[in-house]
Amino acid sequence: MVNIFEAITVLTLLVYFVPVRWKQPLCLVLSLGLAFITTSWAIESFTSETVNQQLSMPFWFHNSVLVIDKLTAFFLVVINFGTLTSILFSRGYMKMYESTKRSQDFSLHYFFLLWLQIAMTLVVTLQEGLPFLVAWEIMSLSSFMLVIFESEKKEILNTGIYYLIQMHVALFFVLAAFALVEAKTGISGFDGLAIYFKTYPSIPMFLLFFAGFGIKAGFIPLHSWLPHAHPAAPSHISGIMSGTMIKMGIYGILRVVSFLNESLMEIGTIVLIVSLISSVFGVFFAIFQHDLKKMLAYHSIENIGIIGIGIGTGLIGKALGNPVICLLGFSGAILHVLNHSLFKSLLFYCAGSVYNQCHTRDVNELGGLIKKMPTTSMLFLLASVAICGLPPFNGFISEFLIYKGFFSGLDKNIFISLLFLGGIIGLTVTGGLAIFCFTKAFGIVFLGAARTKKTNHAHEVPSSMLLPKFLIAIPIVLIGIGSFTLIPFIEGIATMYLPNGTVAPINLISPILQPLSIALGLFILLLIVLFVWRAFQQKSVVITTGPTWGCGYAGLTPEHQYTSTTFADNLKNLSMSLSGMKTHYHPIEKEDIFPAEKRKYETHQVDELEKILILNPSKLLLTVMLKFTFLRSGKIQHYILYGLGFILVVALLTIVNAL
Amino acid sequence: MIPAALILLTSLLFPGIITKVKAMVSGRKGPGLLQPLYDIYRLLRKGNVYSTTTSIIFQISPVIYFATILFSVSFIPFGDAPGLLSFQGDLFLFVYLLGLGKFFLIINALDAGSGFEGMGANREALYSMLVEPAFVILFGTFAMMAGYDSFYGIFSHWHLNSSTYLVLSLLASYILIQIAMIENSRLPVDDPKTHLELTMVHEVIVLDNSGFDLGLIQLGNAFKFGIFGALVANFILPEHQSLWIRALIFIGVIFVFAVIVGLMESFRARSKMEKNPQFILTLSSIAAIAFLVALIITNKLI
Repeated sequence: MVNIFEAITVLTLLVYFVPVRWKQPLCLVLSLGLAFITTSWAIESFTSETVNQQLSMPFWFHNSVLVIDKLTAFFLVVINFGTLTSILFSRGYMKMYESTKRSQDFSLHYFFLLWLQIAMTLVVTLQEGLPFLVAWEIMSLSSFMLVIFESEKKEILNTGIYYLIQMHVALFFVLAAFALVEAKTGISGFDGLAIYFKTYPSIPMFLLFFAGFGIKAGFIPLHSWLPHAHPAAPSHISGIMSGTMIKMGIYGILRVVSFLNESLMEIGTIVLIVSLISSVFGVFFAIFQHDLKKMLAYHSIENIGIIGIGIGTGLIGKALGNPVICLLGFSGAILHVLNHSLFKSLLFYCAGSVYNQCHTRDVNELGGLIKKMPTTSMLFLLASVAICGLPPFNGFISEFLIYKGFFSGLDKNIFISLLFLGGIIGLTVTGGLAIFCFTKAFGIVFLGAARTKKTNHAHEVPSSMLLPKFLIAIPIVLIGIGSFTLIPFIEGIATMYLPNGTVAPINLISPILQPLSIALGLFILLLIVLFVWRAFQQKSVVITTGPTWGCGYAGLTPEHQYTSTTFADNLKNLSMSLSGMKTHYHPIEKEDIFPAEKRKYETHQVDELEKILILNPSKLLLTVMLKFTFLRSGKIQHYILYGLGFILVVALLTIVNAL
Repeated sequence: MIPAALILLTSLLFPGIITKVKAMVSGRKGPGLLQPLYDIYRLLRKGNVYSTTTSIIFQISPVIYFATILFSVSFIPFGDAPGLLSFQGDLFLFVYLLGLGKFFLIINALDAGSGFEGMGANREALYSMLVEPAFVILFGTFAMMAGYDSFYGIFSHWHLNSSTYLVLSLLASYILIQIAMIENSRLPVDDPKTHLELTMVHEVIVLDNSGFDLGLIQLGNAFKFGIFGALVANFILPEHQSLWIRALIFIGVIFVFAVIVGLMESFRARSKMEKNPQFILTLSSIAAIAFLVALIITNKLI
């Protein structure tokens, strides 16, 4: 099997040699091949024991061992499903570039899409330090290439470079962490970590990993690349990046914490607080976006926060020696990884379909699309309800588990009580803000009347773009209603985090979820009964249509509708300067009794955290660096002199050191 | 079955009692107790007028809103008898089901494509977001004290005989009544009597709904009041009494609750729109105080 895996990695080059219309099917076949192999490993490790596969690839991966335990197996399923739907969706989506883009561009795109899948597979399977880092780097580079597909647009290229730099900052943290572990224990990779955590203080090492993996995952304040990269990338790439790739950061964190045995309470508290901030502020900032994909990017931050809340709760449960809280927290986190990968990619594909038809991502230019794109609209609605964590869909299940974890810990001690109360409030506020945001997004984009002419020519996307969406919608519904059948697998993964010495309660969560599933089933039954009643009632009465009630004013136009900006206005006033909203308009003067010219009113949001953490320091760095431009003379003899000087300094330092 | 049936029956009379009390306080005779009920019955038999702007969402939303409320009734226990559906964590399902209802009510409003309804949707979204933490903190407090996270578990371990529980019961009743007022968009957050669309919250959301759909929404609102009344009643219901006595007490509590709402509405003016968030957030802080009090009582703080 592993040989076929390696063969496929070479076969990816074939993408360059087939005509444009065959590139996507070939990519799909190769990706299916990869998915088939890795999923079979995943199933094997789920049903029996950890699978080990030895690679015979050259260079860094030579003789590396692929280790597939339950955690890895779970992530493999997420990766494969995410990539396959992404490639399926790309068939219809990439059609709009066929007239402007060359064949090589498509080759590059599909080649790196495959390599993104390979790299993510390697990231979750490799345990040794260097091969892991190389796979991590391939993942960053291939996603960079995917983001800059429209690189002829200058801002997209800039965004890509911004992303690339941040990914390398992340790489630096992870690299430093692995180097430290290897220096102290002599064993590279995650295996050394187990020994390191036994003998050395855990918190600094964990923080190093948390910073590195946290940038990838997008925890606030390390989130600033997400809102830039997701809108820039083609939609199927945003889908796979937000749904799957940022979960590699979560994988890293989950892997690292599995070795932790000391300072659990402190680390759990740190993770919980950072995650709470991420979830609340992620969704809070999302409300102020009027770029549909940027809004979804901020929602990724929120959901990463919710996953982190689960991890933090689980860690605190472990610190308390309480297997129930531990299992509930980690199961909620792991299930939310899957859930978010589903509804977020569905949302991005729907947003992509809207962009594909209307060529704008600005929600204030859209409206009334439900009449033109009914299927896409209903799927967007389904995913919106799911991402808000509302029943009966999958998002509710993972939040339910985390809530239950919090409530189980409320009576432990004063510190935990207050911390968990904070967690409960944070999670509730996040849920409320998410409802605020998604009713806004769905309402402005799909409901009401069209705000501009851009929607005039929109119609439902072809079935090739609907198919992947339906494929994702099915598990969203199934996990929601049949959660108790799936949860033993998730719980099986979470048992690896159980506190030492405690016996794993066999099947703890499934009996909790069973009555919930019954209740949700009954709720759907009730809905059906009510709909049937309504259908009968509607048959016997007269149905008429008319204009929307305008309080007696007959001159209503679509411009009178609420927009994304006005919808967010009351929250903006409430939160004052926290939202970072900036408005630009030409105010009406006192003598302007009848203002004649049409005035512009523009708003945009500034991410203050990004400004403080990234933009201002880099500006400062640049001003310092610019002072040294005189060194860059362009004369070769000067550069040789610098080299000589450097060697001299090193030599001198060696002498000093020897003394 | 009995508790759910009781809640549904009493909540049908709820709007009638409120209107009657308000009328009597202002010196009018007022309509009969069954008038609001008759209005709903008439609406349920009427035809609909749909705006041409609306879509399928406008037709499914009222049903979903009504279903979430009707289904939430089944979780409410009756003293130490469980509700129709009772399981660990039914509390979260209750809160999130009401959230689902609000979600659909908000997009129902946005579907009409009117500025007024957008305004109502926007306010409803903000207020419901602000009010949710108060409810969750309150029930977090009870869950902590009882050690259970289902309605039944909490209320069956609620003992009125000790003074500490009495204090908490009073706090809880206050918060629940206020939450009920906000959830149902009554004074001081919203005035159901107002005729100016600009100052409405809830009324303006359903401005374009008509006939059967509007009837369902109004029936749902009545049930929502009933649910909160039943929650308050559960704090007061004594244990180990026969069903009839408890049923009588339950009906009495609901009646008093309705009278209190009527009186509060008669002597209270609506707040300025921008003061509403402050008012709603105050409830969360009172709930947080209840939590701290509970911590002190259970000897965890000191």
